[in-house]
Amino acid sequence: MNPALNSALNPGMTPVATPWFFYVLAGLAVLSGVAVITRRNAVHAALALIVTLLSVAGLYLMLYAPFVAGVQIIVYAGGIMVLFLFVIMLVNIERASKDRRFNRIWPVGLAASCALMALFVSAIVKGSHINDMFRDRGIPLPESSNTQQIADLLYGQAGKMGPYTFAFEIASLLLLVAILGAVIMTKKKI
Amino acid sequence: MVPITTVHYLVVAAALFVLGVIGVLTRRNVVIVLMSIELILNAVNLNLVAFSRMWGNLHGQMFAIFIVVDAAAEAAAGLGILIAFFRNKETVNVDEIDLLKW
Repeated sequence: MNPALNSALNPGMTPVATPWFFYVLAGLAVLSGVAVITRRNAVHAALALIVTLLSVAGLYLMLYAPFVAGVQIIVYAGGIMVLFLFVIMLVNIERASKDRRFNRIWPVGLAASCALMALFVSAIVKGSHINDMFRDRGIPLPESSNTQQIADLLYGQAGKMGPYTFAFEIASLLLLVAILGAVIMTKKKI
Repeated sequence: MVPITTVHYLVVAAALFVLGVIGVLTRRNVVIVLMSIELILNAVNLNLVAFSRMWGNLHGQMFAIFIVVDAAAEAAAGLGILIAFFRNKETVNVDEIDLLKW
């Protein structure tokens, strides 16, 4: 973010995250995102989505969030995408790959999405130029203790519950419900 | 070169979000619609982590981790529904999934 802040945080070290790196990762993410929604073959789309997920993980590293980047690679690229590839191979892709790719009202969808993008861009421009909404506040946290601080928030410290301990338990319950639901729905006879 | 600020990340996340919305609205293959939803969730995650950096605290990163959990649950449930549907109707085309329209 701010080069002066970075050099104040770790003196004697130039930041690795150069602007050039950001533009490469962002371009890779957006280009493979386009490939995800335009490829005819679902396997190709899944592979392009993996490239997008890995570039977003690189962007997390540039934002000094190494734990989220690791979770992104392990859970998304390693877990969810394998699930997707399994399902693509289970369902019949022969017919779907010969079909039309887009539905009949695709111009409407495209126009609505362009309007949404215009809304986003105008909001971002307004926020950054007129109200100065997106300036950096506070000192960025050091990334060396990132995982430990996240663990303190999740599990609490010194025997006390952290602010997110209850949400963590609820998330585990959500995963249990999702597993049970997936197993029951894919069974032939319950 | 200009230094990378939060606004740069917001623009990338907005582009990814809109790509996901285009995929949801226009594609006919259910698997690719689900992948577009993953794209949307990733754009939201990128926004949250960028704002976490901007404010200098970790709450945005915590939200990003919970959204990853949510995406895993959504993918499992959605693909389960897809397999159950494919067993009954032998199609993965969104336009043919119109039972509730009748």
